[in-house]
Amino acid sequence: MNVTIVDYQSGNISSVINSFTEVAKGKVNLEVTSDIKKIKSSDKIVLPGQGSFKSCVDSLNKINGLVDTLKDFAIINKKPLLGICVGLQMFADVGYEEAETKGLGWIAGKVSKIDNKNGKFKLPHIGWNEIEIKKESKIFKDIKNNSHMYFVHSYEFVPEDKSVISAKTNYSSKIVCAVERENLFGTQFHPEKSDKTGLKIIDNFIKL
Amino acid sequence: MLKNRIIPCLDVKNGRVVKGINFVELKDAGDPVEQAKIYSDSGADEICFLDITASNENRETIIDIVRKTAKECFVPLTVGGGVRTIQNITDLLLAGADKVSINTAAVKDVSFVKEASKKFGSQCIVVAIDAKKISDNKWEVFTHGGRNKTGIDAVEFAKQVETNGAGEILLTSMDRDGTKSGYDVELLKEITDKTNIPVIASGGVGTLDHLYDGIVKGGASAVLAASIFHYGEYKIKEAKEYLNSKNVSVRL
Repeated sequence: MNVTIVDYQSGNISSVINSFTEVAKGKVNLEVTSDIKKIKSSDKIVLPGQGSFKSCVDSLNKINGLVDTLKDFAIINKKPLLGICVGLQMFADVGYEEAETKGLGWIAGKVSKIDNKNGKFKLPHIGWNEIEIKKESKIFKDIKNNSHMYFVHSYEFVPEDKSVISAKTNYSSKIVCAVERENLFGTQFHPEKSDKTGLKIIDNFIKL
Repeated sequence: MLKNRIIPCLDVKNGRVVKGINFVELKDAGDPVEQAKIYSDSGADEICFLDITASNENRETIIDIVRKTAKECFVPLTVGGGVRTIQNITDLLLAGADKVSINTAAVKDVSFVKEASKKFGSQCIVVAIDAKKISDNKWEVFTHGGRNKTGIDAVEFAKQVETNGAGEILLTSMDRDGTKSGYDVELLKEITDKTNIPVIASGGVGTLDHLYDGIVKGGASAVLAASIFHYGEYKIKEAKEYLNSKNVSVRL
């Protein structure tokens, strides 16, 4: 099996590479690339994302044919794709970080700034927070409800269809922190930085 | 709810840990990679490396350590010391650091913080502020490990780095650093009240009560400590259990 981490030259993906390398050892073949051909022929895709919504979308768009290839892979052919952090956020129709920016439009909804309740809550939301699992999810196999995951973000994904929500976390309000729709998976938290529980999620995704 | 973080800090000089942990299970007390791994296995919420190598020529040494550590520790890794250019940041992030901490370069020119956060995202830019009390409710920013005065007001500077895109502030009291007499809680309170980004408390921890004070009285989101963990006086787990027993939420 081939798992591909999409390297679209946006932000720091070293930790994603390190954690997937650790979990994939001897199990699957791991590629880190932006090569369209390789992405097309892989079995699973990881879409990381750091920095702003706008900078990530801009970087995706810079690589000729990448957005269409990802859409074919995840939406038309329904092969497993995991978006992490801004990688998840980009599933939305629109994001408001830096400037109003069109997202991939795979899951209807928007990405807006977390309400800090007049400064009562510091932003970014940085650190370990518990996840409330909202529905059975393939990537949460053997993950206990209220497990701790590592977060670092100031914006949240608000999907229109609440049935896609697989987990929420409590920070100023109940924030969507994981989504799942058929073959499409996303986590707002960083499984790659969430110690053993995070690595288990990665393992679950690899084993799908 | 969001948990208060405990961050052990390892001072690294020429590739070796200074003031290392005295654990019996350690094969090599000076190896930063092994020590970071022990911390992450024992529940550290993040790991911090502070490169105190004096010369500029040894950048490759810390980068190599970060590279090795990042392959074994799957909790966030912050690296500080000598971060002066965009290239320095790129090198550290590529090696596997999750955040970099900028000190002198931010004081010299705060627009460097803006440039860095714009390029890499606020999530990986920590500004380290070293502050010394100069009069009642007044603190001044110092650089070069507390040797150089800058004339800059610490509270004003903290607000400025927030505006320029810093994701966190690592606040060290130069008066308390190394004294084991506790954080400067007044300084912490002043800065956590006046900024809206997370503040990591540093400098002066001698007991577990000091960690409590930093979080509860000072309003810090995370507490950083070096020697109480290095010398094995307290294990990370003990610190967490203690805080938990006093109703401070931590990741157990």
